[in-house]
Amino acid sequence: MLSRLAARSAAVVAQQNHGARVCVVAPSRLFHCSGQHGRPIEPLPEEGGKVRMGVFPEEWFQFFYKKTGVTGPYVFGTGLLATLMSKEYIIVNNEFIAGGIFVGFVVYCVRNFGPTVATYADKLRQERVDFIDNKKGRFLTDCENAIETEKKEQWRAEGVDYLFEAKKANVAMQLETAYRERVHEVSNAVKRRLDYQLDVENTQRRMAQEHMADWVVNNVVSSITPQQEKEAIAKCIEDLKRMAKAS
Amino acid sequence: MGLSASQIPEAPKKDLPLWDVKLGELPKWVGRRDISPTGVYFAFKRAELKFHNKYVHVKRGGIAPYAMMLTGYCIISYIWSYDHLKHDMLRKHH
Repeated sequence: MLSRLAARSAAVVAQQNHGARVCVVAPSRLFHCSGQHGRPIEPLPEEGGKVRMGVFPEEWFQFFYKKTGVTGPYVFGTGLLATLMSKEYIIVNNEFIAGGIFVGFVVYCVRNFGPTVATYADKLRQERVDFIDNKKGRFLTDCENAIETEKKEQWRAEGVDYLFEAKKANVAMQLETAYRERVHEVSNAVKRRLDYQLDVENTQRRMAQEHMADWVVNNVVSSITPQQEKEAIAKCIEDLKRMAKAS
Repeated sequence: MGLSASQIPEAPKKDLPLWDVKLGELPKWVGRRDISPTGVYFAFKRAELKFHNKYVHVKRGGIAPYAMMLTGYCIISYIWSYDHLKHDMLRKHH
């Protein structure tokens, strides 16, 4: 990675080759965070560097292998340990024993539960990677959903015509209703006026009749003389007598 | 790490790694090193980055790097506390 960077910025390389090792401020580019790289990022290595016995790098054993063979590093390690313990540079006290037991316990845990934990961690990492890799798929799904929604909205927009027709019919019906209400109102008003005229006519005629009747009766009554009254009473008595005889 | 990978100057490329240096040429090799504080700082940063790229920044890492760092710390702290521990020596006569 560093060599690639140096190959790109020739000025840095030139200064380094001339021994001018000042603190060159390289162009600050974050390889795994920015979009500035011009080539695909190389994938991460699958496995880390190899170690033996948990802590010792494989390269150390290769370094010994060229000179001493396979058993060389083990012999060296055992001899070194024996020397250190013999000279009591490694002091065997209670803490040494406790540490040894603790290391044994850690080794036991790693041997027993390590594979399970590793599988679980791999699963988590794979889920995360799949989620990130599937960004395109998720984007496509979103776009398809948007298309579906758009089509549905267009289908709904067609229905707006029917809705508009219905509203127009509704408005026409309201207009008709208002028109008829007003016609009804006019006819009612006309009828009321006619009824009034009729009542006025009737009342006048009735009052005229009553007045004429009163006038006739009054004149008739006033025209009756006392002589006529006596005659009428006598006639009545005579009639009564005759009726009494007849019965 | 504080610095990104691109901010650490690269080591001189044509020089040998330390393991391939003959003992006789060691002083000259050291002479070619940049032992100013900045150079030492960046050398440590390079070593840290190399360690991380090799053991930590991988798809399926293990506990090896942590075990190595812990072992190194144990050894260093043992050396630092040796003055106290050496009173527990079992030998009596020499």
